[in-house]
Amino acid sequence: MLRAPLKDRADGQGQLDLPGDSLGEVLRELERRYPRLEGWVLDEHGTIRRHVNVFVDGERGREDTALSADTRVHVLPSISGGSRS
Amino acid sequence: MTELLVGSKKGLFVLRGEPGAPFDVATRAFPGDVVEFGTRDARTGRYFASVTSGFYGPRLMYTDDPTGEWEQAKGPTFPEDIPDKSIDRIWIVQPGEADGVLYAGVAPAALFISTDSGETWELNRALWNVPTRPEWNPGAGGLALHSICPWPGDPQRLAVGISAAGVWLTEDGGETWRTGYPGLVPQYVPEEDREKTHALCVHNMHRAPQRPERLFLQFHGSVYRSDDTGETWNDIAEGLPSGFGFPMVVDPSDPDSAYVIPLTADLDRVTPDGKVRVCETRDAGATWTAHGDGLPSNDAYLTILRQAFGHDGGSPLGLYFGATSGEVFGSADAGASWYSVHGNLAPVTSVRVSG
Repeated sequence: MLRAPLKDRADGQGQLDLPGDSLGEVLRELERRYPRLEGWVLDEHGTIRRHVNVFVDGERGREDTALSADTRVHVLPSISGGSRS
Repeated sequence: MTELLVGSKKGLFVLRGEPGAPFDVATRAFPGDVVEFGTRDARTGRYFASVTSGFYGPRLMYTDDPTGEWEQAKGPTFPEDIPDKSIDRIWIVQPGEADGVLYAGVAPAALFISTDSGETWELNRALWNVPTRPEWNPGAGGLALHSICPWPGDPQRLAVGISAAGVWLTEDGGETWRTGYPGLVPQYVPEEDREKTHALCVHNMHRAPQRPERLFLQFHGSVYRSDDTGETWNDIAEGLPSGFGFPMVVDPSDPDSAYVIPLTADLDRVTPDGKVRVCETRDAGATWTAHGDGLPSNDAYLTILRQAFGHDGGSPLGLYFGATSGEVFGSADAGASWYSVHGNLAPVTSVRVSG
């Protein structure tokens, strides 16, 4: 599940079905399908950005979090991320 | 008509108008994001914006029409074999001398080069791998490569300024680098340690294109000039209300003319004495004239950031600067008098003339 501005960069798709056995694999597949998202959720080294929260079935996920076929993943901005601006 | 790119804490403002009167906002791009720097490559007409989202990180965007869609560049990013570093901020994008070449300066301090007009970027590894790098320390704004000075007509020569790691010079297109430290005095370092320190806090540096061996440098506490390509530096701050500051402009048609906007001190980064003044030298720093005609002069405590001062390259030189208060000022007569370009923008991070 994606919200703006990520949704906009995924051609308006707010809900996507993506393959992958881990959260890192799914997020890399997201970038592969929508290159305009490259660098937005994962940094250049494939690490989830500090001020982006990725929830896996309601729990905070990491790159190595295992996923199953019916797992729901939400990508949300952290409430702390706007502090710099 | 003149066009300004005004980076701000809340997006990029494209201002258009006639010099001498207020400008209109033609468009606002990247609302909500910090735009650290905006510029236009006059060779290609391509616009660049360094955008930092508090959530989604920094990225470089480009377009041929700032009122239209922007594309995201591939990079600058650190390569896979430098896994412990990621880009914090893109401080500057500077067109180079060779066709299609641009440079980007970032934090943590690194130089990137593009050879395809800014679409893809590659790290300059020679500067990244200089042996003293582990001894470098950040200034208050981070460990930032923020000043890039090409040599007109010679793509092999480049000078860069780093906060707080001094001046670095190359004469072989970035294959090798050496320091340009002598003469810079870090008054914030104990006197007995100054000879060996790398903690040289360059705030801004510009080359005089008509006499390219000459550079002007705003330092942390003084202003300097080099007449030997950046090898050695001479203090030229005498006569300024303060040696501290960030913004600097060098007149591209007169190598003796430069402008700074002093701030009170490192612990009090506002315009001195409640007056906004742009200080000009026309004799390479021997004397300075403070210009305030048309600028706030009564209880005016403004902060003007490093990249927030630009020029139009014309004669007389048109000058523009913005403050963190959201005001943008302009001069159509090389600084002699000033007018309000816009009064109510977001805190200004950068100002460049784009057309």
